Amino acid sequence: MAILCDRSTRLLVQGLGRMGQFHAKLSIEYGTQVVAGVKPGAGGSSVDGIPVFDTVRAAVDATAANASVIFVPAPGAADAILEAADAGLALACCITEDIPALDMLRAKQALRGSKLRLVGPNCPGVVTPGQCRIGIMPAQITRPGPVGVVSRSGTLTYEAVDQLSRLGIGQSTCVGIGGDPIIGTTFVDALALFEADPETRAVVLIGEIGGSAEEAAAEFIRTRMTKPVVAFIAGQHAPSGKRMGHAGAIIAGGKGRAADKIAALEAAGVAVARSPGEIGETLAKRAPELAGNAAPARRPAGRRES
Amino acid sequence: MNVHEYQAKALLREYGVAVPPGRLATTPAEAEEAFRELDAPLAVLKAQVHAGGRGKAGGIKLAKSGAEAKKLASELLGMRLRTHQTGPEGKLVRKLYLEAGCDIARELYLGIVLDRAAERLAVIASAEGGVEIEEVAGRSPEKILTVHLDPGLGLMPYQVRRVGYALGLDAEGVRRLEPFLGGLHRLFLEKDASLAEINPLVVTRQGELLALDCKLGFDDGALFRHPEIRELRDPEEEDPREREAKELGFSYVGLDGNIGCLVNGAGLAMATLDMIQVCGGKPANFLDVGGGADKERITGAFKLILRDPKVEAILVNIFGGIVRCDLIAEGVVAAAQELGVSVPLVVRLQGTNAEQGRELLAASGLDLVPADTLREAGEKAVAAAAQKNAEA
Repeated sequence: MAILCDRSTRLLVQGLGRMGQFHAKLSIEYGTQVVAGVKPGAGGSSVDGIPVFDTVRAAVDATAANASVIFVPAPGAADAILEAADAGLALACCITEDIPALDMLRAKQALRGSKLRLVGPNCPGVVTPGQCRIGIMPAQITRPGPVGVVSRSGTLTYEAVDQLSRLGIGQSTCVGIGGDPIIGTTFVDALALFEADPETRAVVLIGEIGGSAEEAAAEFIRTRMTKPVVAFIAGQHAPSGKRMGHAGAIIAGGKGRAADKIAALEAAGVAVARSPGEIGETLAKRAPELAGNAAPARRPAGRRES
Repeated sequence: MNVHEYQAKALLREYGVAVPPGRLATTPAEAEEAFRELDAPLAVLKAQVHAGGRGKAGGIKLAKSGAEAKKLASELLGMRLRTHQTGPEGKLVRKLYLEAGCDIARELYLGIVLDRAAERLAVIASAEGGVEIEEVAGRSPEKILTVHLDPGLGLMPYQVRRVGYALGLDAEGVRRLEPFLGGLHRLFLEKDASLAEINPLVVTRQGELLALDCKLGFDDGALFRHPEIRELRDPEEEDPREREAKELGFSYVGLDGNIGCLVNGAGLAMATLDMIQVCGGKPANFLDVGGGADKERITGAFKLILRDPKVEAILVNIFGGIVRCDLIAEGVVAAAQELGVSVPLVVRLQGTNAEQGRELLAASGLDLVPADTLREAGEKAVAAAAQKNAEA
């Protein structure tokens, strides 16, 4: 089962620059069905055996793609997200960073009522171990198993996954939701998906200072989650002098600080690791029945279709 | 990106938001001249630095004559202004903004900000202006009004009326608020602001609305389409190390410990600082090399870290996703050879192409300490710094 993507996902790549090509190739090697690329003006060509189209519509019509990974540079990234939605895709992961906040504000508004689920932007993507890799995560560190991972950070997601895998604790799906002010899939959205997924038996949540997404997650966990949740909040020792700008702090109601987030999560029954080196161990303690049963690392046989 | 008050006010003027007449001065003679040009009985001299709390710190003075303006300017220019936002080192005053004094009846607060939880722009208003809004929020949050704007509709007239009457304005005042708040909103959208704050918004005895102080911040991600805003950047206002880091494409924040850190990703960089502290050490800096790290950037990052004389060990912690560990390893080798790094170097490479990266490091013959896990990296860096400290 897993969430968001699995071996039936048919992925297209929007933005085939150096980064897009490099990671499309890694996804193919991992066994992901990468069925199309989109690059205006390059329709009819192919890159690493992937057929390239001028528009997302044309790519979907020809290949029945149902998900997209977006590497389009920041000035055109919000437009690329909306193009994916317009073509009827179910999922888009936007890797691009530094998208203007007002572009995302408008794009998010336009996505209301569409069937597209957006993950990101400014995120590492989604991996369902052994089945599908969308984005830029180093999928070789993942192991198939029962723990869902959701994180606001990119590289800290890998850190958490690596600690789990080393303890023999596999993952159902690893989701990087991105660190921007406006993102498609929130902690609460991802937690709801994990709660509903029969293969996920526990969740690791990686948060960081700033905003109030962890507080919202704590409220959801307290009222709606039955599965155990373990968390880590990065920035417990960050200097407080770096202010994010005046009025932002008012709306958050003075929330933003690591200590407040940890308190909110603990009040919701979440086991919070105090050291970033103990994320895996905290999960193993909280859900000992899950430790040591990960399936071995393996790359599924490529099932590329053309 | 932040701008000076005088630059913010020029933008407000462009958008039809009323501000008092003002002139910029960089010398005492210019201040005297500015006073004459303003042709007002009273002028306010305001130090132009990127920090709040200038008044309390002595950065704002009143002058009743050109001669007085000149004398005050000679005291203000060249002083280091220390406010609660500048840190103990303060900020050098290089420019003054002279403004005609006005007859203040009331001081209000008006701002526009992106509310990330609501995914909307929010107008923030309070009848308690002239003090920091955080202070009002902490003391009496019921005195702050938040009005969310629909991205499709923008600012509606009824919302302006709601804000106006909540601020205690009369019908005439509310009528005047419409172009004022409308202009601020248009400026926010058209220039990709991240924060627009008028504090205080003054109601004069004549019933006029005037932006007496103003703070504008702009979305760094949108500067590519606003060359006119990019030009307003004042590099002198930025920490030199942070500025240099920005030019190289990564972010750096100096701290007061002795373990230099070079990490990819903000979350992992913060977690690395946490790890060092958990292991009993103190980080010297936050440094996120970002997604496109190459040899040049890594060398630049090492230079920056090593310029801090407190650094007694360096921890490189890379978990490659978009970043390739082999390229990082090449950069570390090049930097270590070029710069002759004399402090212990703990290196942890994981993720994309980590194996190739480790091989490159091993083959380089460099004297470095490899680490496998985050905890091991933290422990080894703290131990190395302690040993270096003991030797010294």
